[in-house]
Amino acid sequence: MTEPFFALWVYLAATPLAGLTLTLVAYGAGYALYARSRFHPLANPVPIAVAIVVAALAATRTPYAAYFDGAQFVHFLLGPAVVGLAVPLAREWPRVKRLAWPIAAALAAGSVVASASAVVIAWALGASPQTIASIAPKSVTAPIAMGIAESLGGLPALAAVFAVTTGVLGAVVARFVLDALRIESWAARGFALGLAAHGIGTARAFQVHAEAGAFAGLAFGLHGLVAALLLPAVLLLLRSLH
Amino acid sequence: MSPFLAGVTWLLVFQSLGEALVRLAGLPLPGPVAGMALLLGVLLARGGVPEAFAAAADALARHLSLLFVPAGVGVMLYARQLADEWVPIVVALVVSTVLAIAVAALVFARLAKRGRGGSES
Repeated sequence: MTEPFFALWVYLAATPLAGLTLTLVAYGAGYALYARSRFHPLANPVPIAVAIVVAALAATRTPYAAYFDGAQFVHFLLGPAVVGLAVPLAREWPRVKRLAWPIAAALAAGSVVASASAVVIAWALGASPQTIASIAPKSVTAPIAMGIAESLGGLPALAAVFAVTTGVLGAVVARFVLDALRIESWAARGFALGLAAHGIGTARAFQVHAEAGAFAGLAFGLHGLVAALLLPAVLLLLRSLH
Repeated sequence: MSPFLAGVTWLLVFQSLGEALVRLAGLPLPGPVAGMALLLGVLLARGGVPEAFAAAADALARHLSLLFVPAGVGVMLYARQLADEWVPIVVALVVSTVLAIAVAALVFARLAKRGRGGSES
């Protein structure tokens, strides 16, 4: 009786179906808990889903590469999702134009602080050069961070883990930080969240308020653009000073 | 074609255009970011967002978090490195994220308020 089941399991585990289904089921469970908590920031669905998937893979001794065969279809959608950020941007364009100066200044200050503070702290506390290079682009979205980390001598997949962790952290702490600073404008709140916590922060901002979501998407896209252009140059400069 | 399907098709077309532009021009940019810039240019020139784009982009934006799960699961590959260096990693990620949110929000709010004569809501 167990033999056909085992054969079925071996077949399913070897197809992309298993990884894809597991990802969606785990996210569905995470999202249900998040909705049940009335979208409390501490109940972010991403770490819940990641924990479920990691536990399932460990229990069945499935390697990450086999899982990713299926999960890559979800991962792939990050590309069109980034392209789609043009839509909320186009809708909010009149406000974006009026706020061009605050946007440019907050982008410059925020992106420098996000990257430089992480690099300096990691370095001061004795992280390895590989970890430091992988942590530098942590506030930009995973696929962009992977490309940047690679050009800096870091590990792309580790950079993706740091980027996802940062996104979750930002989505969790933003409300508390912004309330403590008495930031009331939805545009400012959303922009800070998208800048520091890329797509996961943007998803959080959209769940809270449409205008916050649009400005989060704007910051997310602009930060990816600026970081991809500037971070490699800045780190080369730092390295030459050593 | 349903608006959603048409929208997804257009997003993929713009992503492809972005990838092509980046490769051909040798830009140090991710293809999707170039695709977003191209699409924004087209939408602004057109003066409005067609229903198809709105349907697809809003659906993807609503569940943007889902798309990060596969990359997040990659944490299992680096369990040892993360265990060895967890103190610098955790401190760097938490402190820099709080600082980035605070600095970006303060700079944005201050300058937006000044621009409008102190009437930011």
